[in-house]
Amino acid sequence: MFNASLKELSGLLAGKKISSVELTQAFLNRIGELNPTLNAFITVDEGKSLAQAQAADALIAAGKAGPLTGIPVAQKDIFCAEGWLSTCGSKMLHNFVSPYDAHVIEQFNRAGAVNLGKTNMDEFAMGSSNETSYYGKVKNPWDVNAVPGGSSGGSAAAVAARLCPAATGTDTGGSIRQPAALTGISGIKPTYGVVSRYGMIAFASSLDQGGPMAKSAEDLALLMNVMAGFDPRDSTSLEREKEDYGRDLEQPLKGLRIGLPKEYFAEGLAADVAQAIEAALAEYRKLGAETVAVSLPNSKLAVPVYYVLAPAEASSNLARFDGVRYGYRAPEYADLADMYGKSRAQGFGAEVKRRILIGTYVLSAGYYDAYYLKAQKLRRLIARDFTEAFARCDVIMGPTTPTTAFNLGEKSDDPVSMYLSDIYTIAVNLAGLPGMSVPAGFGKDGRPVGLQIIGNYFSEAKMLNVAHRYQKATDWHTRMPPLHGEE
Amino acid sequence: MIPFYAYRFKVLRVNFMSLNLADVKRIAHLARIAVEEDEMPGYLQQLSNILGLVEEMQAVDTTGIEPMAHAQDVVLRLRDDVVTETDRHAAYQAVAPQVEAGLYLVPKVIE
Repeated sequence: MFNASLKELSGLLAGKKISSVELTQAFLNRIGELNPTLNAFITVDEGKSLAQAQAADALIAAGKAGPLTGIPVAQKDIFCAEGWLSTCGSKMLHNFVSPYDAHVIEQFNRAGAVNLGKTNMDEFAMGSSNETSYYGKVKNPWDVNAVPGGSSGGSAAAVAARLCPAATGTDTGGSIRQPAALTGISGIKPTYGVVSRYGMIAFASSLDQGGPMAKSAEDLALLMNVMAGFDPRDSTSLEREKEDYGRDLEQPLKGLRIGLPKEYFAEGLAADVAQAIEAALAEYRKLGAETVAVSLPNSKLAVPVYYVLAPAEASSNLARFDGVRYGYRAPEYADLADMYGKSRAQGFGAEVKRRILIGTYVLSAGYYDAYYLKAQKLRRLIARDFTEAFARCDVIMGPTTPTTAFNLGEKSDDPVSMYLSDIYTIAVNLAGLPGMSVPAGFGKDGRPVGLQIIGNYFSEAKMLNVAHRYQKATDWHTRMPPLHGEE
Repeated sequence: MIPFYAYRFKVLRVNFMSLNLADVKRIAHLARIAVEEDEMPGYLQQLSNILGLVEEMQAVDTTGIEPMAHAQDVVLRLRDDVVTETDRHAAYQAVAPQVEAGLYLVPKVIE
């Protein structure tokens, strides 16, 4: 049951083979058993989850169930959920019980899904290893000495270890795709503007995008149907027709043109990852797809541009944490300025402070043009590269990450080397394109490899189709870590 | 201490890769983050490393390129001028560190 698809679980619920209360309790028990090792959850509240499950059972009994009614879904702790502690992985929000729901949470509530708990994450989503959380490191279920990736590392570890059937994540520079890759699960970052940012604690607003993390593309489609949608409370939410993201899942791939950017297969890519990706591409050719060489010449600029723009936006967004309206306030201070300074110094962790400082610097008088404006101009060049590439192909593929999961502590003292682990994912956020990662085998150390699929704007249904056909032909996505493999 | 506005209007010479301790102090002040003296050298090193990483940007000619602020060219939506929010100040203030009579309390700023 822990490895069942959402469709299978939904079938069990509809057929009264199991109730949502039983299903939720089973996952809560598994969390109780395995979370002490993995630290994937910050908050678990059995009472709240079971109450939602009970309500879902009533809907099912009344014949009013939708595809996700009664299904437990873990929520990244970046999403505000009314009555739930919503910390964003920070001491700054260690006592913040949200008085309102994020749009994404509302959508899941409307669908009758059960909130299974709030997952661990890098503090304010700033990190690629889940080591910056105030609530401790998350372990990779495939190897507890390895990082699960970040920032949605708690969600990724929870799905990988089958502590939940599905989870939510957010992706500013790769925070859904990179942890999905490192833990052997599937995740999609939709086109910017498809999922509302309302109630999703802001990091870099022009890049942040919520999306689902699950075991398969088929499951992601069902979750996208719930998460996507126009919301007037997010000024960049796009007004579009509601779509069924699963409508094209079964389309054959014959004639599909897969673009392979030469920059994503160049120096820096580990041999075992390259080998797994080549094998995945061979599978696609068997499915009738053809590969074409494309180029993203400005992709080497993505990391520098990102580490100007994201900290700049973060320094502005995180100015709201001042110890006045919510969150942490220093216990002792001399005056107002001292209260701000100390509350922020004590409430934020080292990585968050670094990014606020660098962001403040690049926006400060005299440096704005040289850094911030320059980065915005380069952002356009990076986005144009994709436009040109998509003239020659339907989707772009490559590795999600240059290596498999690195060890805990390996990069935590060297921020710049940590930043470089996102070299293949960041450009997608800068361009605002949809991107996903699907499991594509294992490296020489037995740690998972992720295949990245990048689509043109609003081509999520196509990408899910491309991923689903691959998953029908392979079984990487069904593999469970050996941690506690009992069904 | 130099007042905040003095920093904002001072035109600084752009000189890449040469942050010094005074810069770190100034940035920390602008960011309203209290940084202890003994933490300054560490921040100086880390921030310099990050600036080293982004330095690569300067080699590219961007003459005539329009800055891109956003992925989608969205225009700001307008709505009818009607009340859409309900009064939930009690719920919102319940999570504040210090509140009295519906007001947020902070240390005295005017003598």
